Amino acid sequence: MNKHIVVIGAGVAGMEAAGQLSNAGFNVSLVEKDENTGGHLNGWYKLFPDRRRSSEVKDYLDKLINKDGIKVISGTTIEKLVNINGIFSLETREGTEMTADAVVVATGFDLFKSSRKEEYGYGIYDNVITSSDLEEMFRKDKIVLVDGRVPENVGIVHCVGSRDEKVGNLYCSKLCCITAVKQAIEIRELLPETRVFCFYMDMRMGGAHYEEIYREAQEEWGINFIRGKVSEVSESIRKKLIIKAEDTLAGRPLKMELDMLVLMAGMEMSEGGRILAKSAGLETGENRFFASADNHFGSNISNIPGVFYAGTCTAPMNITETISHARATVSDVLNYFKNRS
Amino acid sequence: MSNFGFTISKARIIDYDANDRSIAEYIAEHEPSFRVCIECGCCSATCTTGNFTRFSLRELQIFLKRGENELVRDNIGKCMLCGKCILVCPRGVNTRNVVTLAREAFNKKVKNAV
Ligand code: SF4
Ligand code: SF4
Ligand code: SF4
Repeated sequence: MNKHIVVIGAGVAGMEAAGQLSNAGFNVSLVEKDENTGGHLNGWYKLFPDRRRSSEVKDYLDKLINKDGIKVISGTTIEKLVNINGIFSLETREGTEMTADAVVVATGFDLFKSSRKEEYGYGIYDNVITSSDLEEMFRKDKIVLVDGRVPENVGIVHCVGSRDEKVGNLYCSKLCCITAVKQAIEIRELLPETRVFCFYMDMRMGGAHYEEIYREAQEEWGINFIRGKVSEVSESIRKKLIIKAEDTLAGRPLKMELDMLVLMAGMEMSEGGRILAKSAGLETGENRFFASADNHFGSNISNIPGVFYAGTCTAPMNITETISHARATVSDVLNYFKNRS
Repeated sequence: MSNFGFTISKARIIDYDANDRSIAEYIAEHEPSFRVCIECGCCSATCTTGNFTRFSLRELQIFLKRGENELVRDNIGKCMLCGKCILVCPRGVNTRNVVTLAREAFNKKVKNAV
């Protein structure tokens, strides 16, 4: 079987799909827009639920794709995809072309640009940061304010850019609640004197071990959970951040002074995915992610025969789900060729 | 049944079956976005009235939905219709229209509402 498959995107989904397709006997080209493979994995330090280092997952994936049948083409962006009698012609931004017998789209997600929620002051106030900025601090083993001091009170805002009509994202990003809980614990580990407050609308602890970690956060780490969406953030002359919310369970407005505010940025369809969707005629859903052919048994299948999906380009997913989803692509690809021959 | 020597306070319990939810129904019919509130409290956090008086638009909405109308009737006049709450609502509830319709419903004495 000398079929050639192009996998677009070398994040977790693309690497896993490429590795498994190669194991199944296909020739694979794995195309990545960045210079490095790994995608968002490179920006994370430790992962929920077990706080394994993201580099361990990266090592596993690197090994998986490091074989003869896989050609990694990095620093290359696919912008056009045309189907000519069952053979796909792909054009890159850089002006090169390649052909494929089937295509796996694994263009992933972009983190919501938190500056779009102006009322939270990201990019305006120094000590308003995002979940991914905080990972950067964890990596350096150091959580400090811009002036070098250690924060005494840290607030975490859930649902930034998700579940919010004002930014056009009605869906839940699914991972930010557990990320908030994980990061809250990690802050307390590094800074035992620091108080942490999570402002949530709902605690969506739907994954394996999530609820247990939530309980641990309360029981062992003394994290405070306040049910109310933060409505606005301002800065005092002493450079403290003042947040306003309603403590909905107490039924009273609440004001709090914090040193640092961490925004749990949600997930959006990636820009690369959007460009590809448009040029190739791939259907997208109301949430702007790629629309699968069927919600139950066609989640890897697109509206174009021979083009398949893997991972978070279809919906928010955690790494466990992404890997399973990427593996499932292989069986759909196999069926596709079986039915054609 | 044995006598425990106390009764459930009538003032505390929401008697869902007995309560009259016609005002909420009236609002939902004329302003469907009333239905999609998720009780996040963003409107009430930003509301100037709520910061100074016992007034929460979030709370009023849930009370209406449960048919606890008296509490709403006594407080809904406090809203200044400034519209700040509309700017922050993540569910796009037309909060100002909800207030206007609630007032209207109370005035019209929709069905047998208080
Ligand atoms: S997972 Fe939690 S924080 Fe993220 S969008 Fe859903 S409810 Fe909000
Ligand atoms: S319109 Fe009424 S409820 Fe809304 S912010 Fe103004 S006073 Fe408060
Ligand atoms: S801001 Fe909107 S969703 Fe939140 S409590 Fe107010 S009306 Fe409901």
